[in-house]
Amino acid sequence: MTTQAEHPASSAAAPADPAGLLPAAEPVAFLDDDGSPAPEHRRGRYREPDLALLREAYSRMVVGRRFDAQATALTKQGRLAVYPSSRGQEACQVGSVLALRPTDWLFPTYRDTMALVTRDIDAVEALTLLRGNWHCGYDPHATRTAPQCTPLATHLPHAAGLAYAARRKGEDTVVMALVGDGGTSEGDFHEALNFAAIFAAPVVFLVQNNQYAISVPLSDQTAAASLADKGIGYGVPGVRVDGNDPVAVLAVLTDAVETARSGAGPVLVEADTYRVEPHTNADDDTRYREHDEVETWKHRDPVDRLDAYLRANDALSDDDVSAAGARAETLVDDLRTRMAGDPDADPRELFAHVFAEPTSQLREQAGWLAAELGET
Amino acid sequence: MSAESMTIAKAVNAGLRRAMEGDDHVLVMGEDVGRLGGVFRVTDGLQKDFGEDRVIDTPLAEGGIIGTAVGLALRGYRPVCEIQFDGFVFPGYDQIVSQVAKMHFRSGGRLRLPIVIRIPYGGSIGAVEHHSESPEAYFAHTPGLKVVTCSNALDAYWMVQQAVALDDPVVFFEPKRRYYEKAEVDPAVDAADVLALESARVTLPGDDVTVAAYGPMVKTCLDAASAAADEGRSIEVVDLRSLSPLELGTVYESVRRTGRLVVVHEAQRTLGIGAEVAARVTEECFYSLEAPVQRVTGYDTPYPPARVEEQYLPDLDRVLDAVDRSLAY
Ligand SMILES: Cc1ncc(C[n+]2csc(CCOP(=O)(O)OP(=O)(O)O)c2C)c(N)n1
Ligand SMILES: [Mg+2]
Repeated sequence: MTTQAEHPASSAAAPADPAGLLPAAEPVAFLDDDGSPAPEHRRGRYREPDLALLREAYSRMVVGRRFDAQATALTKQGRLAVYPSSRGQEACQVGSVLALRPTDWLFPTYRDTMALVTRDIDAVEALTLLRGNWHCGYDPHATRTAPQCTPLATHLPHAAGLAYAARRKGEDTVVMALVGDGGTSEGDFHEALNFAAIFAAPVVFLVQNNQYAISVPLSDQTAAASLADKGIGYGVPGVRVDGNDPVAVLAVLTDAVETARSGAGPVLVEADTYRVEPHTNADDDTRYREHDEVETWKHRDPVDRLDAYLRANDALSDDDVSAAGARAETLVDDLRTRMAGDPDADPRELFAHVFAEPTSQLREQAGWLAAELGET
Repeated sequence: MSAESMTIAKAVNAGLRRAMEGDDHVLVMGEDVGRLGGVFRVTDGLQKDFGEDRVIDTPLAEGGIIGTAVGLALRGYRPVCEIQFDGFVFPGYDQIVSQVAKMHFRSGGRLRLPIVIRIPYGGSIGAVEHHSESPEAYFAHTPGLKVVTCSNALDAYWMVQQAVALDDPVVFFEPKRRYYEKAEVDPAVDAADVLALESARVTLPGDDVTVAAYGPMVKTCLDAASAAADEGRSIEVVDLRSLSPLELGTVYESVRRTGRLVVVHEAQRTLGIGAEVAARVTEECFYSLEAPVQRVTGYDTPYPPARVEEQYLPDLDRVLDAVDRSLAY
């Protein structure tokens, strides 16, 4: 038994967060809303990413935004079943991928198609799920990218498990797992953090806090001071970053990935951003938010901020801007062409993928469908 | 109030509204049910009229929604929980199966859970995965849960009120592809004269073959019956309505007249409701049957991507083919 006298400083003077697991009072930022430098203290301990990486991020964000707009247009034309836009979240979509090596893994959600394209996954394959011709169009092993997950947060324990597998095998793989603000309320989010911490799994959980879960604002989602605060309960460091500041997002995510790779275990990053578009093309956001709010966030546009920052550093010319635009147009031209026809979805394939080997029962049912298709 | 033509979505809304007016303890809770009125607008306007204390936009967690509903119910509230889509009930499945279903039993009848869990279900809406499933058999297989489903606006209006009034937990499946189909609803009818929640209904009388269905497939079977009528075949359509308990008296009576039965559902074939219906009809009506019971169901695969869902789902032609097989036996 210890006595009060032996630990005189116990409650009164001990810092609430001796291990430094809580986020700083303000989100990490390098840029002000207009792209000029933020006050020095906002950077915390983070290093500024080098200009080459930021130039790459700029180009990727321009391409990503154009891709996103094209996907929205294709949905209106009936080419996609649904499209959840990530407009306004470009810094997170691109930063999460550029922080990774090709050998690292990404666990995306339905919202993160722009991240898939940034990972150089073929745009048509990336849209297969939302187009409705299969549930995942790319090869997860070849691309080191899990299928986009729709049941919220259910992929996070998978990310923890895959990261744990990497550690067990002595590989230096890191896993980046994406989730929304709403998804942090699901039990699987909490189990994933706990397991990742216990297994010292090299995984970065990136919460894209775009302020809404469909219509439900963050204030109805959590009573915590921030979503990054959720790490401390599991012994996981939580970092909060301005999610519309591409410099800060890259600084924090590359650092978090390094931490995970070094064997120090998981990191939880909350990026404060904003969903500029409705939840999906099917949503009517006028029912739950003011137009002014959307306009306010548009003044913190991540592409504009990076543009201003790079120009101020003589790292972006008009030619660079046109080149990025041209890359974007090439991608969407190809996308439009290849999405023009009806997709080649074959219902017979249904029976091929239920098990490694179709059962006799499935083969019988496949026969019924084949007979029916043959008849018509 | 006079008779009004309304959609299924509107009818559930009107039924909930009436249940809430009749009893302060009725609460609506779920994801996006308040300000947005639900992604299908089934709870549209309820928060405005009954307040945020009775129509609650919960945090995003199905286990939390059902679990807290249990606690509320223990103190006399009557929560109506909305699950946004069929495929998203599973984070709440443990609470439903291990707790909601068993509380009455394990407490020796001392604890009652008057909870309604509304689930829009079924396919043919062109959605991505997890938005078109038919998980009713998982729940019907679980003792302690009542499982019902409406196929039209009139039933939607009354059944949701009956479900709320029941002291047992009810999983209430709503056929989302039919949400916007209309029927005449007369709220002035005496509630005591309305068909009991657990009863099936002969929706269309006929002589040659009995077709039993529920939820979204009732309309498909009615369409099949009218196509068959053009060819001189008379199909009797039975809407099962309640899947647990599964009161098959109406079906037995029908099969004893027609001698033939086809069961139709969107859900996968193996161990689906159709299997139970076929087994019991075989037990009860063996000497009346002229042909084996035919099943028309989804295939034993996960729900397919939207582009091929119409090849997966039972349709009018498959129902008619099954009718033909039965008649040709
Ligand atoms: C388990 C589960 N429940 C409900 C849903 C339906 N749903 C889809 S997106 C969404 C909101 C998600 O919000 P958030 O996690 O903040 O991500 P965002 O869509 O904003 O990117 C909901 C409720 C779902 N996909 N999965
Ligand atoms: Mg969100």
